[in-house]
Amino acid sequence: MSHWIVQSLNLFASLMLILAFAMLSQRRILSLIHLFTLQGLTVVCATATVAYATGRHELYFSAALTFTLKVLLIPYLLHRLIQRLKVQWDVETLINIPTLMLIGIVLVVIAFNLAAPVAQLSASIARGTLGIALACVLLSFMMMITRSKAVPQVIGFLAMENALFFAATSATYGMPMMVELGIALDVLVGMLILGVFLFQIREQFDSLDIHHLERLKED
Amino acid sequence: MNALPLPLLLGMPLAGGFILAAIGHRPRAPEWNAAFSLGTLLAAAWLTVQIVESGPRTVFAQQFFIDPLNVFLVALTAFVAFTTALFSRAYMRVEVGHGRMTAARMRLYHSMYQFFCFTMLLALTTNNLGILWVAMEAATLTTVLLVSVYRTPASLEAAWKYFILCGVGIAQALFGTILLYLAADRAIGAGGDALLWTHLAAAKHMLQPTIISLAFVFLLLGYGTKVGLVPLHNWLPDAHAEGPTPISAVLSGLLLNVALYAVLRCKVLADGALGPGYAGGLLIGFGLLSVVVAALLLSRQKDVKRMFAYSSIEHMGMMTFAFGLGGPVATFAGLLHMTAHSLVKSAIFFAAGHGAQKTGGQLMEDIRGLMTVSPTVGWGLLLGSLAILGMPPFGIFASEFLILTTAMHELPWTAPVLLAALGVAFAAVLRRVLPMVFGATSARRLAHAPALLPVFVHLGLGFMLGLYIPPYLEQWYGQAARMIGG
Repeated sequence: MSHWIVQSLNLFASLMLILAFAMLSQRRILSLIHLFTLQGLTVVCATATVAYATGRHELYFSAALTFTLKVLLIPYLLHRLIQRLKVQWDVETLINIPTLMLIGIVLVVIAFNLAAPVAQLSASIARGTLGIALACVLLSFMMMITRSKAVPQVIGFLAMENALFFAATSATYGMPMMVELGIALDVLVGMLILGVFLFQIREQFDSLDIHHLERLKED
Repeated sequence: MNALPLPLLLGMPLAGGFILAAIGHRPRAPEWNAAFSLGTLLAAAWLTVQIVESGPRTVFAQQFFIDPLNVFLVALTAFVAFTTALFSRAYMRVEVGHGRMTAARMRLYHSMYQFFCFTMLLALTTNNLGILWVAMEAATLTTVLLVSVYRTPASLEAAWKYFILCGVGIAQALFGTILLYLAADRAIGAGGDALLWTHLAAAKHMLQPTIISLAFVFLLLGYGTKVGLVPLHNWLPDAHAEGPTPISAVLSGLLLNVALYAVLRCKVLADGALGPGYAGGLLIGFGLLSVVVAALLLSRQKDVKRMFAYSSIEHMGMMTFAFGLGGPVATFAGLLHMTAHSLVKSAIFFAAGHGAQKTGGQLMEDIRGLMTVSPTVGWGLLLGSLAILGMPPFGIFASEFLILTTAMHELPWTAPVLLAALGVAFAAVLRRVLPMVFGATSARRLAHAPALLPVFVHLGLGFMLGLYIPPYLEQWYGQAARMIGG
């Protein structure tokens, strides 16, 4: 029984990692949003599994919160956003995807090494996945750095938030409820502000290319 | 003893934010904004009196914790927020006159100003490290639309950088908080109380060292981004230069302090779990790097607000260095530096903002002869610059003197580095400020003197701190210094 649960948690964790790599190399904005939704769904499944295994009811609530926010509301907002900005068929030119992947692998190794001593000290049944969670955080971080368009950067930011939720679940069975609610509120407000912001950028530059935003230099 | 001041302190700006969201575009809105800030200041004063009389305490099922350290920052935050609201009253009316602000933008500005004050006060007073994170993130969110409020290409770029870099940074702090919760889980058990700072501080010697050492690195990277520590400082000069001047003043004078406060709270825990040295060493390293890099970059600036933004990085580095040294004297100096820097730097932004408004641009080569155009602005900028460069008898001289003498004692090789950096900063800033103040100008003298009362009140207080620290303030610093400096 518990063996089966640990196996399924490991499965979800590897799904997270695969999705993080997929997002890193995905060039189409619409597909990125689909991948992001899938990632949210994986976090929900992992949280629900941990909730079932440990009998902690507040985790079901946390899973429901993540589901509403990360699987329904934010993807819906993103879809509407790219429709209204008319960028849903945009394809980004990413340079050198194989190199990106290789750097990604190095990041995963670093993350595993960092997390290994900490994970051993955790009492959680999902402690083995802490390294993967940290790797996903770093991969989303890298995705944000390598993108030149505004919307993929935003998705990278949200994916990082997903990975952090996954880290919280795997290390400590989630954060206290009040904190989780606060984080959810921040993410939602942040998403809305970014939406407003993207329209402002578009109005000003007629484009969502971040290359226009590189005039303030260090001098 | 009653628990009234705290809800008043947090409720005032929160209510102000909602009310000004409805009426923030009316002609009288700037007065309402100042009135809400005055209410917050009065509540802060009441709270301060209570804490000074009766010592640290927790309120509302321990969710809030007030001690000498944060009550001093609460008082400073409420005070500078109030004077900035007074300054913004006149300043923003001129901006409306210039057509840079519309009614809708004024409504956004006033509402977000109050929400921003709320998030800072929440971050300062909460006992829950998770809520501290939430409030810090919310502080970014409330100011991001203020930085881009003029909708110019440069301001949009600045706000985007601010949002993305601080968002990424603060995400690292969330990971650090998760690790801290993991350590707490092992030491004091899970549950809603495990992230309460008072509980963690009581059990700090039992926290698992391996977890805490990793957690502190992430927390420092996260909150350090908001402090503006080099090399995480990239957002700071842009956000300060492109936003409206009152926002530059509160970002520089208050938000950076609040972020440093978050680092200090985490440092106390790390010191308990790992012994002194680990966290202190990291702070010394980041602090020294920030002072040196910012001092070198100062001379290359062309925009007046950008230059003083780099000066903020330098001073935040100085404080970080002081807190890293630890011990009662250096920590005392760090707190004094924090107070004096907040007061003087916001005064400089007020004066520089007025100067730029009069001449129509922020480029320093275009700003000339402020003394002729308007003596109050000229004197404000000149005295402010001398104060921020650490000239006696201003407060920053006293704190920098204390920091340097402690550094010579504890870590001798850092003292010459710091002195050299301060010298470079002195030359760089004065070379730019003198022509702005005394240079020849063809502009006519202003018909009426601008209302710069806040500038001179701030400078006066900064002056006083250099000569005489009132006993209650000294006692208050002393208590706070013992708590974080060990």
